[in-house]
Amino acid sequence: MAVNTDVIGKTYPATTYAVGREKVREFAYAVGETNPLYLDVEAARAAGHADVVAPPMFAVVYGAPAVAQGMFDPDVGIDFARLVHAGQEFEWGPLVVAGDEITTTVELADVTERAGNGFFVFQSTAVNQRGETVCVGRWSNIVRAA
Amino acid sequence: MALAPGDELEPLRVTPDRYLTIRYAGASGDFNPIHHDEDFAKAVGLPGCILHGLYTMAQVARAHTDAGGGPQSLRRLKVQFRGMGMPEQELTVTGTVTDVTDGIASITAHCEQNGKRIIRNAEAELLVGE
Repeated sequence: MAVNTDVIGKTYPATTYAVGREKVREFAYAVGETNPLYLDVEAARAAGHADVVAPPMFAVVYGAPAVAQGMFDPDVGIDFARLVHAGQEFEWGPLVVAGDEITTTVELADVTERAGNGFFVFQSTAVNQRGETVCVGRWSNIVRAA
Repeated sequence: MALAPGDELEPLRVTPDRYLTIRYAGASGDFNPIHHDEDFAKAVGLPGCILHGLYTMAQVARAHTDAGGGPQSLRRLKVQFRGMGMPEQELTVTGTVTDVTDGIASITAHCEQNGKRIIRNAEAELLVGE
């Protein structure tokens, strides 16, 4: 595919995600977590948290709406029928708990083409209501050659 | 907790059931039909519904937070998805500590299914104390 490298560096409007207790529990159950910090409000509070703690990979949930803007951007031109999620990196800061409001900004960090395959890397930065960076993500996608 | 170079993480074994991908789709918001629609998956050349790569990554993350004593221990995790995971077949996550510096363990981890590493050479940084 011919990739459009003019869009490298493009940013998207920030999205804000309100972390809900039952959403955290739903996610924790889905991925098989059993740590009571994720599931039991009393256990989380006893450990000094305001509410249930989001598992680290909950970063997918609060980050996805921001990243989706880039994935569906016609200027980027990702063909979903040929899309492969190639890699993912997260670097975490302070824990996220239910009740937090997480604001995520996304930049299209890189676009390259190799052997007809398009490589698209989005970088997300997620900040809580206190301005602390809770997660930086790099989302790598390949659009396979037609 | 004490971890030293060469130590292995406790292997994590899990067999996602037939409907796991539906629950994960709902929990994560990723409704790509290759994960829950058998006919669609086959129509695009897949053997059947496949696991979400990020679900598999979550199992790698869980092996680390279990070893590190909780969610605060996992500082960084980087994976590359090298193959498709399938429901109803066991996943095994393994990891080896390669370095411990200033209370942070560097770990190289893999996730295997049917003898194939669907995530290999994942890099993790785990807070383990001095």
